[in-house]
Amino acid sequence: MRHTWTAALAAAATLLTACSSGSTGSTGEAAPAGEKVTLTYANWSEDQAPAMEQIAAEFQKENPNITVKVQTLPWPEYWSTLQVGAAGGTAPDAFWMLADHFREYAKGGALIDLSDTVKSAGIDMTAYPKAVSDSYTYEGKIFALPKDFDTNGIWYNKALFDAAGVKYPDDTWGWQQVQDAAAKLTDKAKGVWGIAAPIDAQGGYYNTILQAGGSIIKPGGTASDFAGPEAVAGLKFWTDLQKAGSSPTLKQLSDTEAVSMFESQKVAMYFSGAYWALRFHNNADLKGKVDVAPLPQGVKRATVTSGIGNAGYAGSKHPEELKKFLAFLGGTKAAEIQAATGTVLPAYKGTQQPWLDSMPEFKLQVFIDAVDYSVPLPVAGNTAEWQGLAAQYLAPAWDGAKPVEEAAKEYQAAVDEVLAKQ
Amino acid sequence: MGWALLFIAPATIGLVALYLWPFLSTFVKSFQDVPAFGPATYTGLDNYVELVGDGEVWKAFGNSALYTVLVLLGIPLAVVLAALIEQVSRGRSVYRVLFFLPVVTLPVAVGMVWRFIYNGDFGLLNYVLSWFGIDGHYWVADPRFTIYAFAAVGIWMGLGINLIILGAGLQAIPKAVYEASALDGAGRVRQFFHITVPLLSPSIFFVTILTVIAALQMFDLIFIMLRSVNNTALADSKTIVYLFYEKAFVQFQQGYGAAVAIVLLIVIMIATALQFRLQRSWVFYG
Repeated sequence: MRHTWTAALAAAATLLTACSSGSTGSTGEAAPAGEKVTLTYANWSEDQAPAMEQIAAEFQKENPNITVKVQTLPWPEYWSTLQVGAAGGTAPDAFWMLADHFREYAKGGALIDLSDTVKSAGIDMTAYPKAVSDSYTYEGKIFALPKDFDTNGIWYNKALFDAAGVKYPDDTWGWQQVQDAAAKLTDKAKGVWGIAAPIDAQGGYYNTILQAGGSIIKPGGTASDFAGPEAVAGLKFWTDLQKAGSSPTLKQLSDTEAVSMFESQKVAMYFSGAYWALRFHNNADLKGKVDVAPLPQGVKRATVTSGIGNAGYAGSKHPEELKKFLAFLGGTKAAEIQAATGTVLPAYKGTQQPWLDSMPEFKLQVFIDAVDYSVPLPVAGNTAEWQGLAAQYLAPAWDGAKPVEEAAKEYQAAVDEVLAKQ
Repeated sequence: MGWALLFIAPATIGLVALYLWPFLSTFVKSFQDVPAFGPATYTGLDNYVELVGDGEVWKAFGNSALYTVLVLLGIPLAVVLAALIEQVSRGRSVYRVLFFLPVVTLPVAVGMVWRFIYNGDFGLLNYVLSWFGIDGHYWVADPRFTIYAFAAVGIWMGLGINLIILGAGLQAIPKAVYEASALDGAGRVRQFFHITVPLLSPSIFFVTILTVIAALQMFDLIFIMLRSVNNTALADSKTIVYLFYEKAFVQFQQGYGAAVAIVLLIVIMIATALQFRLQRSWVFYG
């Protein structure tokens, strides 16, 4: 009987301490030496989860008193879970962040400030692509360390190029070569198209707008530039492909995603990021048939780039351990594990060779070379809101129901209205 | 008295914590500007004023209304099927299980499977239509058809539960009524319209109420079939609950999302009240 009471008291005491450490939140001290601490680390990718586990294990080897639990959430639930958790005090300690969501979290004080950690741990911020590290800085403070990055290239199907007798794309290609090749590669009778031209911002029209000399969001972030002559040229690159019938229609690409079309060898070219490399590498049907080339040149060379950042929750119960873990995630060891497993292109300079070596059949150097002319993914105001309007406003231009200039002007007006709200 | 309170406490606490509290907080938020994080500010009726002038909201209500009306067509179907199953002398439970399977299937799985069935190029539906020389469509990629495509799935998903409720109602109808009418020379069809339907009307009414509420809250199909694959038809196919999700959880506008939810609640209440009024003229309580 006595024992039961002691146990109950002990349990009550644990509960109390748990509550009190919760309320002290970010001001809490590091746990006393020897005490076991558990951190959670959330991500949204089944593909990358094994590498994240490996990184967590490596960290635990160096820090035996800290256990890291990797949580993989499905993509559709990831952001709502994180947002509700951060507002309600139950968010994971460490988690993946994206540039277009970052501002809301940083502005709302949901992220732990890593500026001091960067200094004390001696992290060299120049080791990351500047376009990526800049997108995780808010009001001069660093809130996330770049995990990986992606630039865009032309993924192409060599077998389809050979069958149509078209030369493979290379770094000499301009826009016209893409248009011409796409037309030649299209064989409607066989159900093959030269290219996939969906309404895709990151892999698609953002790049061509920049290549035409446009800016997407005007400096200062209070107005957009979708209707300027350069932006219209960048959009026309895609609508022309639609008009020429060199791409599956928008409806077809809604039913079957562009990447699936590419994987089932229905389209010969697909403009997209480095992040597909592992998936194409693992697809037995595509063995020996796929390679990648730089994006074509417009008026100039350009690609948007973005990368996942590792961020921490400001309300974590173990801020000191969390900072230590985040510094580890931003370091070379975590980068090397990601590279060696072929998971993604790690952000840390000089750690990319194992990634290149892990899939030697692709000219992956293309994605690293592209860093030199890369531009950060545009973010301004409530990015998720205005980006969500793109399909609605641009679809008529893709369908040919409206002139591109008109659709672009209407989209710009809608985006500017969102930007004016901040 | 004291004991009674103790025993109902768990249910009451659950109800208050999981329903009443969120409801009140939603109600309060609908009068606020709520950023993703940080303090909210009271903005009075601003959210509601914006909502009335927001074409997207009207469109979403239109889509939800169309979907609801279409799904209601599943009820006559369920009544006929329930009556037919009642006539089957052997393997009745086999039919019940077959119709009930979609009810216990994960909506995510249902959405995925139907997305393949509806695929414009490789889908089963267009393939079957081609046997009859009918040209198919991009059922879930063309905004003209999406709501109809969802409604077909909605009817199929709701059929099982409706059949169970209506089946129970049918068994409560005394056999003697049928025997007496048969002696008077009534055929099967006549029996169906003059005995089965009137005596089943309380169950039909109940099923109608449930169907309307569920239909106005449709979300999962649209999420799985359109949103998860960047389908461009999404912009024109949003239902009201989808719009709520998008405002509150994608665009960080919780206050506006809360106002959408409150308006939906009012619409559901009016729809239900209206049905209770109308039932006086058609529901027969023996």
